[in-house]
Amino acid sequence: MFLSDQFRVKVGLAEMLKGGVIMDVTNAEQAVIAEKAGACAVMALVKVPSDIRKDGGVARMSPVSKIREIQASVSVPVMAKARIGHFMEARVLEALEVDFIDESEVLTPADEENHIWKHDFKVPFVCGARNLGEALRRIAEGAAMIRTKGEAGSGNIVEAVRHMRTIVKEMRAIQSYSVDELTAESKKHGAPLELMLYIHEHGKLPVPNFSAGGVATPADAALVMHLGAETVFVGSGIFKSPDPAAFAKAVVKAVTYYKDPLKVLEASEELPDGMPGLDIRQMAESDLMATRGW
Amino acid sequence: MRIGILAIQGNFEAHAKAFAEAGAEACEARTQQDLDRAEALVLPGGESTAMLKLLREEGLWEPLRRACSAKPVFATCAGAILLAREVSHPVQESLGLVDIGVERNAYGPQVHSTVARLTTGEGEALEAVFIRAPVIRRLGASVRVLARYQGDPVLVEQGHFLVATFHPELTTDRTLQKMFLGKAARVAA
Repeated sequence: MFLSDQFRVKVGLAEMLKGGVIMDVTNAEQAVIAEKAGACAVMALVKVPSDIRKDGGVARMSPVSKIREIQASVSVPVMAKARIGHFMEARVLEALEVDFIDESEVLTPADEENHIWKHDFKVPFVCGARNLGEALRRIAEGAAMIRTKGEAGSGNIVEAVRHMRTIVKEMRAIQSYSVDELTAESKKHGAPLELMLYIHEHGKLPVPNFSAGGVATPADAALVMHLGAETVFVGSGIFKSPDPAAFAKAVVKAVTYYKDPLKVLEASEELPDGMPGLDIRQMAESDLMATRGW
Repeated sequence: MRIGILAIQGNFEAHAKAFAEAGAEACEARTQQDLDRAEALVLPGGESTAMLKLLREEGLWEPLRRACSAKPVFATCAGAILLAREVSHPVQESLGLVDIGVERNAYGPQVHSTVARLTTGEGEALEAVFIRAPVIRRLGASVRVLARYQGDPVLVEQGHFLVATFHPELTTDRTLQKMFLGKAARVAA
């Protein structure tokens, strides 16, 4: 399946986004700020996650007019979010020719049992995951990129760190098993054996692994890069910060130079404190977005 | 041969792996010192606007121009856009070292990205992965076309530059990496 031309082209675009920052935007004005700051792609959504959290109700795919407006305003790839399991929102986004679809827990799920069968689409998909099993289930359905779920709109990096460490640790563990133990591991993780064998051989996912959910500062972005992220998604962290253009630029620099603390310091100079954050431990279970999908 | 792969943004890692497989020493280049130490350079695919922005911010624009003027360079996709004399759709700044005019995202959004099987002028088979690729719309007199797709030049050379609008690092075929290493060795000698 990883060898089909269609899948290679999908993963190819994910490859091009590496070492960059993908920024959530709700309109053309924000998209232009993101592109000017050096975003490698923008993600169209109806509201940034912290507003979705605050306003409650049902969060759906962005209005078509907003997506068209964003597509017309930037030259970088335009991604857009669809609800989990909502393959018709996804079909509409594909017809709109967005460059990537995020089947996202940030929006209200449309199907509490099934995710979209992504192999049927020409447009590539990214999906969130909290652990290796979840990541491999999404890849089996055709996702061309995985991102940690983190806890979107929280301004708190703790869940993104937990999810990235979990995925990386579980991959290391799989590599330490012998091949005849992998069927049992496959059952434990709820993931296809074929993909377990891939992890066993390569020690990494067969698609790029990005980080999302709670990135609020340049240091947050550099942290998840060190933990194994290949690119960073920033949602509310930019447009809910006191100075979006400055935060956007600083996060871009911190991702490219994440190995050099002096550069991350340079990126952080003169930035005020980031967006207001939430303590995950004090949040009600029903307010968590990461637990949507499986 | 020590190949410096511009690692500002994009798929520099895949290039490093491909060149390592072709027998070269590949290093990521993010600073002026990295560019100085390299014997040849690769400008990878990615988003040219994101690269431009950081190259300017970090004061790497002129060092990169000097390095590219003096050393063998292999550029793919966004790399081709950085090297072109002029860029359209939209118009943007470039190093202007290769006498071509390119149009960005000329095939359209991602759903039009594709894998094509090409034959070079020398009759060699090439697998070309096009990802939101640019098209070379104008060719200068000093530019030689090595391969075409749908009539448009997709692999060209000019002096010490080898330029592809597609992604040879996303295939298992190392023909173009070896061709570039041969070219770089001749330039060095």
